[in-house]
Amino acid sequence: MIYEIAEHLSGWTSLDTWIVITAALAAMACALPGNLLLLRRQSMMGDALSHVALPGIVLAFLLSHWLQAGGWMSRQMHEAILHPIFFAGAMALGVLSAVLTEWVQKLGRVESSASLGAVFTTLFALGLLLMRAFADNVDIDPDCVLYGTIETVVVNTWPGTNIPRAAVINGAALLGNLALIVLFYKELKISAFDPALATTLGVNATVMHYALMAVTSVTLVAAFESVGSILVIAMLVTPAATAHLLTDRLSSMLGISLVVAAASALLGHAMAITLPPVFFSRIGFPADVGASTAGMMGVAVGMLLVGAAFLSPRYGVLSRSARRFRLRLRIVADDILGLLYRLNERGSAEQPRTFLQIFRGAMGVGRLQTFMAFRWLCWRGDVAIQSGYCSLTPAGESAARRLVRSHRLWEAYVEKHFGVPQSQLHHSAERAEHYLSPRLQEELAGELESPQLDPHGRPIPKPDNPPPADGA
Amino acid sequence: MSTDPQFEADHPASCPLSIHDMTVAYHRKPVIWDIDYNAPPGKLIAVIGPNGAGKSTLMRAALGLTPKISGRVHFYGQPYAKQRGRVSYVPQRGSVDWDFPVNALDVVAMGLYRQIGWCRPVRRRHRKEAFDALQRVGMADFAQRQISQLSGGQQQRVFLARALVQNADFYLMDEPFAGVDAATERAIVELLRGLRAEGKTALVVHHDLQTVTEYFDEVVLLNMRLVATGPTEKVFTSENLRKTYGGKLPLLDQVGHRMTMGQVDP
Repeated sequence: MIYEIAEHLSGWTSLDTWIVITAALAAMACALPGNLLLLRRQSMMGDALSHVALPGIVLAFLLSHWLQAGGWMSRQMHEAILHPIFFAGAMALGVLSAVLTEWVQKLGRVESSASLGAVFTTLFALGLLLMRAFADNVDIDPDCVLYGTIETVVVNTWPGTNIPRAAVINGAALLGNLALIVLFYKELKISAFDPALATTLGVNATVMHYALMAVTSVTLVAAFESVGSILVIAMLVTPAATAHLLTDRLSSMLGISLVVAAASALLGHAMAITLPPVFFSRIGFPADVGASTAGMMGVAVGMLLVGAAFLSPRYGVLSRSARRFRLRLRIVADDILGLLYRLNERGSAEQPRTFLQIFRGAMGVGRLQTFMAFRWLCWRGDVAIQSGYCSLTPAGESAARRLVRSHRLWEAYVEKHFGVPQSQLHHSAERAEHYLSPRLQEELAGELESPQLDPHGRPIPKPDNPPPADGA
Repeated sequence: MSTDPQFEADHPASCPLSIHDMTVAYHRKPVIWDIDYNAPPGKLIAVIGPNGAGKSTLMRAALGLTPKISGRVHFYGQPYAKQRGRVSYVPQRGSVDWDFPVNALDVVAMGLYRQIGWCRPVRRRHRKEAFDALQRVGMADFAQRQISQLSGGQQQRVFLARALVQNADFYLMDEPFAGVDAATERAIVELLRGLRAEGKTALVVHHDLQTVTEYFDEVVLLNMRLVATGPTEKVFTSENLRKTYGGKLPLLDQVGHRMTMGQVDP
């Protein structure tokens, strides 16, 4: 199967390269403002803006068309400004929708997401209506808007070069966004983190908000044509969300989101050429059905997000459960040491202590965990096994003494200050003993005036007893 | 404008904050009414009142963060826009997203953004300055810590350090003592006294009636309207507190207040 995948990939041409480059540029351009939207908790604003761009484009088109028809503009000029005017239209409607959203929120006394939902669906519907009403004049294909036309990207090249036009436009959007973010890094950061402070420092947070909406709208329109609106929405927020899981610094978050966006473009296209022939044909689909590159990119970036959720160093599912597991192992190991120490203490040094007995002693814990903790103690040299019997080594002895000291000091402390009945002291100490650092132990001992015996009348081991001298 | 003698009399340049006839409403429902207040310079001033009395609104409206229906506010005799550098605001801890990908040092450095200016990067000397401020609040060890990894008290100290680097003359603090540990409370009080010793002024929204006399020189008693303002020993009386809190003053606070003021029935 790997051979098959490689075979399909070996058919890679410059066409594929341009598709990936264009898609990567579009995705990266979107990912930058996406970081800010995510951090401002306005992720849905991206969704809204991508819908609102439609009426913006249609209105701009109609306006320019009327200007031309009325004789205010020559045909050549109309052709020339058609694209800039699309951007202007989308930008204007983007800002308008942000203003309307706030207005509806105040006037209708609804929460912001509700007013956002109302505003952008209304404007989108308006755009569709206009498109239908003036269908003769507007050559916009709704399918194109939704899915994009990345597969045919090389057909339309920038005049005088063989670089796809979409790559140039998206590249320009990426460069523009990069420049804006570098230039206004501080201002964007502070108005996203603490709008009140930003305003008191003279950075008008409201203006920054609308500026971000305008820039996002332009980026969206640039990316629409090549990757389609569905992917644009995915690329706006998902790379940023992935990066947020992987880092705690804004600058690295921006960088990682760019890498994630580019990687998902490459991965998505590779999946689009290999998966249909290799997998889909096996489950009965005709082999020649191509999967949309844009669709696969959406899948790829989603996969990267899920991967980050598992592997993220701090928030990841895997690292969290690994940390929990280490802690539990440590607790079980501590308990085994304590058990051996108490057996010694009861003067039953001669009593045989087989592994099985330790097993039974560590109650309420899984056997696998007990076994692993036991092996770990042997490996660390705290416990030695001789002909099937376990005993504490000097190192293990002192570790066990610290633990038992911790346990009994805690019992004494709880009894003195909280008046807990003797029979219940043990339970709380069983939990607390693992968490008392030597410094805390000394604080407890000082507070209790260095007690000799715990509430049950058993001696509290001294911390720095010299290890039992072998020669003596 | 500042040549107008009447204006000079109303807004002396030495007065950190003068509020004239300020009213703020939310959805046409007034939150604070007819506030007239002149803050004395070089004092620690507590703003006290029940929940919903408009304490935070008073600060936010004075700074222009919440729109006013009427009223004029001046800082050191001039509108806020001209005095940004001399005024520092410490918002409530809950007002920001602590999951934001920044560390403590970044947050403190934000206080310097105005000084650094638009489009210019944060340089090493700015970071040094921010670090010094963290040191002043005892947070130097946590400079590189992501802010969600800090305790409530530590977060509050970061906010204070951010206010310190602004090197202002007048500080507005919205509940800096809310939900902090005893050590942080002591640190904040020390800090406030240090500021006062430098001749600076602080207006602080405060909740704990027990500590008002110990911490503050002046009080502003607020319950939608100003109830009373002035030196703590004169104004912070049972009578005024009853007026401020109405029937809402909890029994425990009443007892506590009598204890701190040493009031006993004859």
